[in-house]
Amino acid sequence: MKGFPWILASGLMMGLASAQVDGFVESRMGTRTQSDPGQDQASIREIRLQLGHVDFYGPFDLELKADFLYDDLDSRRSSVDLERGQGWFDLRSANVSFAPTDWTDVKVGRQVLTWGTGDLLFINDLFPKDWTSFFNGRDVEYLKAPSDAIWLANFVGDWTVDMIWTPRFNADRYLDGDGISFAGGAFTPDNRIHADVPTDSEFAARLSRYVGSAEIAGYLYDGYWKSPGGFDDAGRAQFPRLSVYGASMQWPGLGGLVNLEAGYYDSRDDRDGVDPAAPNSEVRFLAGYSRELRADLSLGIQGYVEWMQDYGDYRDSLPEGRGARDEVRQVTTLRLTRLLMNQNLVLSGFVFASPTDEDGYLRGSVEYKWSDTLTTTVGGNWFVGRDSDTFFGQLEDNSNLYVAIRRWF
Amino acid sequence: MQTQLKIRIISILLPVFLTGSIWAEEAPPVNEIIRRAEKAAYYAGKDGVADVKMVIHDASGGTREREFRILRWNGEDGQQKFYVYFNGPADVRRMAYLVWKHGPGRDDDRWLWLPSLGRVNRIAPGDKRTSFVGSDFVYEDVSGRDPNDDEHELVEVGETQYHIRSVPKDKGSVEFASYEVWIDRETHLPVKAEYTDSRGNVYRRVTADRIEVIDGHPTVIVSTVEDLSRNSKTVNTFSNIQYDVGLNENIFSERFLRRPPREAVR
Repeated sequence: MKGFPWILASGLMMGLASAQVDGFVESRMGTRTQSDPGQDQASIREIRLQLGHVDFYGPFDLELKADFLYDDLDSRRSSVDLERGQGWFDLRSANVSFAPTDWTDVKVGRQVLTWGTGDLLFINDLFPKDWTSFFNGRDVEYLKAPSDAIWLANFVGDWTVDMIWTPRFNADRYLDGDGISFAGGAFTPDNRIHADVPTDSEFAARLSRYVGSAEIAGYLYDGYWKSPGGFDDAGRAQFPRLSVYGASMQWPGLGGLVNLEAGYYDSRDDRDGVDPAAPNSEVRFLAGYSRELRADLSLGIQGYVEWMQDYGDYRDSLPEGRGARDEVRQVTTLRLTRLLMNQNLVLSGFVFASPTDEDGYLRGSVEYKWSDTLTTTVGGNWFVGRDSDTFFGQLEDNSNLYVAIRRWF
Repeated sequence: MQTQLKIRIISILLPVFLTGSIWAEEAPPVNEIIRRAEKAAYYAGKDGVADVKMVIHDASGGTREREFRILRWNGEDGQQKFYVYFNGPADVRRMAYLVWKHGPGRDDDRWLWLPSLGRVNRIAPGDKRTSFVGSDFVYEDVSGRDPNDDEHELVEVGETQYHIRSVPKDKGSVEFASYEVWIDRETHLPVKAEYTDSRGNVYRRVTADRIEVIDGHPTVIVSTVEDLSRNSKTVNTFSNIQYDVGLNENIFSERFLRRPPREAVR
């Protein structure tokens, strides 16, 4: 495994030499707007080079994208972990796709996967996310962590059947205490979460079609909770088994786009809700609406609920002293995007607010394109919460401001 | 004397009547002129492909460039599908934009492929008068404005051009109060359009600067939009134009947003 990044890196460098490679170089600096006893005052301090190569080779499409990262805050940067996304090298994609029949597409290899109708809220998208990158001010592209998977898409009449098999479970790049503090600062860079990540496969499928202008879809997932769901007796984080059954619909309506999505989270290791080391089953639902208010100003709103099943059993089995979450967690989101100066200036705000948790999260950014190849972004992540054990409330000490300069080539 | 006068009057009026009647014969109803112009400008051939280079000149003298390849497929009853594949600038490289234009009375369906997120985003049916990729062109310039959205009036029949004035039926839906368009009588292509704001000032001008006949279709090779209020302009240059290449309707789909068809990339 150790030599692998070097081989890929040199391959990409050779590609660069033959001018078949594009990408960007970026510097990103950020600071916490308050101090966090367990973390560095800097929230991000890194230089990143992304190289990509996309081409056709006969009937095959090849896609390669790799990031070379100098993360000044990462004490482990010399060692590369391609699943956790740690170290100086991160492989974003390395895949081949082809169409064995007129009605089938296959994509094999490392790829970024997503589906579902939510905007920064995910119900049926159980592909890996990188929460540290999302919260610490990296580009939103890095919220999606890559999967090592085989994607088979079948187009049968008006139906599309997507099946994605991941031979070895790809967990989220979950919060482990390094960079982002949570759970009251219980974990730090020196005292990170250690987890037993399953090595079994996971499977996701989608069946979708259009009915007029409405897209309807049904989803299936079989695998594990994507971030640690509890701890075993030895204090190691566990990924309990999970199946998800869901559906979504998106259609043009009310002068914009309307979407509905629901999922049943079947927590198979704790179907009765009595095991405090595994999450209970949940029903999740979201409704969204987006539209252009006027030229270059767009709006998106969403309402989202997580409804825990067997709530009484959860309360009864909760260890002494552990704060209980509510039976129903509600989140509403608001997105506003304004384009100015020939769309060279982009103002963007995204708010998560939870009336049940009494917490919230604001992502704001101002991006200016100096030229077709040079961009500066200034942004921030602000977490507020009444309590320090709610989803966003526990992240309060991570509120940050950052600036990034990116040069494309 | 009286007869002489009569003859004189007739001889003066005759050419007027005669030419008048010739014009009346040659100038079809204004809606027909508009229909032909729409057909020539947006529906040539069964399908078409072209490479587009867009240069945006802002007021301060800076320039931005957009490069994309556009694929168009014509269906029945004015239905069309467009596939736009971006080659540059770098931050939009390999993005793809798909439009299903359903024709009069129904909103277009639009999708955007964001390769870095691996995501197809449905785009809310929005303001068609929004800038297209930051240029002075608006979406409606790219895919065509529905002729039924305006009342058209033939102002003048010139030697080579029809001059038409159009007023939107729904004034609140657009930023202009009216526009005038000059349509070439031979090619049926609109060669100039000027947009007037509510104070009567011309603030926007679209011109066809170079027209060539390609595969039998008169085709705009260079066109310019000037925004006179912002003092900016955008020049579109088309190359590698082909008609009737036999594009498969299938490629105008979400499947081929994720895996761009060879026709879009090469």
